[in-house]
Amino acid sequence: MSVAIVDCGGANLRSVATSIERLQIPYLITDNSDEIIKAQYVILPGVGSAQNVMKHLESKNLNNVITQLKQPVLGICIGMQILFNYSAEGNTKCLGIFDENIDPFSESNLLKVPQMGWNKVEFSDAKLKKLNDYYYFANSFYAKTFNSTKAMSEYGIAFSSVVQKDNFLGCQFHPEKSAEAGVRFLKYFLTKS
Amino acid sequence: MITKRIIPCLDVRDGHVVKGIQFKNHKIVGSIVDLAKKYSQEGADELVFYDITASTDGSTVSKEWVSRISDVINIPFCVAGGIKSVNDARSILNLGADKVSINTPALENPNLIRELSLEFGSQCVVIGMDIKTIDGKSFLFAKTGNELTAHSTEILALDWIRKVQKLGAGEVVINSMNQDGMKNGYDISLLNELSKVCTLPMIASGGAGSDDHFINVFANTNVDGALAASIFHNNEYSIQDIKTSLQSNKINIRTSL
Repeated sequence: MSVAIVDCGGANLRSVATSIERLQIPYLITDNSDEIIKAQYVILPGVGSAQNVMKHLESKNLNNVITQLKQPVLGICIGMQILFNYSAEGNTKCLGIFDENIDPFSESNLLKVPQMGWNKVEFSDAKLKKLNDYYYFANSFYAKTFNSTKAMSEYGIAFSSVVQKDNFLGCQFHPEKSAEAGVRFLKYFLTKS
Repeated sequence: MITKRIIPCLDVRDGHVVKGIQFKNHKIVGSIVDLAKKYSQEGADELVFYDITASTDGSTVSKEWVSRISDVINIPFCVAGGIKSVNDARSILNLGADKVSINTPALENPNLIRELSLEFGSQCVVIGMDIKTIDGKSFLFAKTGNELTAHSTEILALDWIRKVQKLGAGEVVINSMNQDGMKNGYDISLLNELSKVCTLPMIASGGAGSDDHFINVFANTNVDGALAASIFHNNEYSIQDIKTSLQSNKINIRTSL
């Protein structure tokens, strides 16, 4: 088993790498298309902004590579958001796996933006209820709930905290920073085939 | 909804965790990695490491210890102290930190806030604010890591919050110098005054001495987290003790580990 952590150009790939290493699974951090295609699992880590991540992927010609992947792919935070059609963050056209857009939270004294901290995640599928827990979020943009929503959370409004379509799984939270709940979620992803 | 965060703060000097009273007379309280691991396992929601060696003597201190923290915990953590540039921040984030907190360098060069948030996203950019209330007015203090360099600025805390929000900060830590180390509760009136203009997550700091102080700050202000040091370092309360008290007072917290 091997995991390719895609170098999307942002800082802090170390936390995702450490979380995979703790599961004693071989991984590599790469922006090489052959290595990504060959990996059994692919993770798009979520650091930076939608526009910077898309710019980096395009400069490495990885946008088409990623959309064609057949193995399980996990997008984390921004890594999830760039799987959508479009992000309002920097007016960015994204990869279009999920046929929806990413919108900004509207801030107020009652709703602080960014959302920062541990929020409750509830899966709709009965078999996944064991993953219901608190996970760590740090985001100013979100996906509303739609037909690919696998788990939802609330921050002023209901939003998608986990989405899935075919082999593409996305989570708005950071499993690598979500203590034991995050470990269980990563194990769930790494048992997909 | 999002839960209230309990955040142990570890002041780091020369690779050790230290604690002083009102920023003075620092004593070693333990090893960084051991304490980080302990608090993380006890259910801390986040950790803050404040390198008090770095911020006042003008040097760039080795942050090698940041990677050792990232190797042993899987909760978010923030590093403060001595971060003066985008490159300083990048090296710390690459060592595994989730956020950087800047204080004096932001006062000296507010545009650094914008640069950091454009480069890494606002969720990485925390503004630490050391505030002293004098004759009813709350002023920012700079270079507070050392009693010889600490001094008041003429910047009012309210104005500074408005400004850092516009520049792209993602969170503010409000440290009341009047309350810090006194263990008689958070500065509720200061926090409420600043909450009126703040649309960013706000963390209370300075004054925690008992579980009642945590209950009080969450029941009577709009803060998103409460930071504390000596109450945890001295083993007066565990994280779990605080969370149990908060839960029985119907404060929304993360109960799982």
